[in-house]
Amino acid sequence: MGKLTIGTFSSLVGSLSLDFSVKLAEAAVKKGHKVDFWMSGNATMLAKKGQKAFKDYSFLAKPIQELIATGNFQICACEACAEARGYHKEDCPDGFIRKSMDWYLASTFDADRVLHIGGD
Amino acid sequence: MATKKLAFIVRSLPYKTEASRLALTHAIASQTVEIYLNDGDLVEASVSYVGDGVLNCLKGQQGMKHYGITTIEGHAKNSLLLDMRVLICKEDLDKFGLTEDNILMDAEDIGGETKANVVSYGEIQKEMDAATHILVC
Repeated sequence: MGKLTIGTFSSLVGSLSLDFSVKLAEAAVKKGHKVDFWMSGNATMLAKKGQKAFKDYSFLAKPIQELIATGNFQICACEACAEARGYHKEDCPDGFIRKSMDWYLASTFDADRVLHIGGD
Repeated sequence: MATKKLAFIVRSLPYKTEASRLALTHAIASQTVEIYLNDGDLVEASVSYVGDGVLNCLKGQQGMKHYGITTIEGHAKNSLLLDMRVLICKEDLDKFGLTEDNILMDAEDIGGETKANVVSYGEIQKEMDAATHILVC
């Protein structure tokens, strides 16, 4: 099976691009692929614990935890982007990684496909 | 030992969103990626500016004055200092009435030797064709 690296800059709730990225990751993991999921910029808001589900807003915390539990999904937030937004390592949900941008580029090295969603 | 080529395609306006700045900071991060890779393996990044993205290359940006943040021009200059391949779409510059005089073409003032290249979109297409992965920002 293959490895997919997904990178996104798109914000949580403010755009559905992040939802699309997570759905794509779910589909890939379900097919048996491994997925590395990178978040920069506003996308790092997904790496903030304590999110609540409302019917007017998408709620990605649950599918992300299910993906992490498969063992075939790594999720990593840009450390500087998160710190700039005022949340720190202790604010991260369990199973999330925080690294600098070179983690993402390294992940692309052995990825079979890279999907980069660079808009906001 | 292998080298993977990443083509960052910048098409976002500067300052309106963070996307173009992030494209540059990610591309520059290719300089330290070896810490995660096996000896001899490399990730090589290039940056191409197309569409509205060519406006990121304007000289004389005043990000610090108006927003208190570093300029995208500064990051672009750093990418040249690091000998990154930089392509700027000529057709899109023409649409904005811009010439090489208006845009950042080198980083000589900080010791850089590499220059940016103003090229036709066809050349940027070739850059994308040669890349292992394309990252549109």
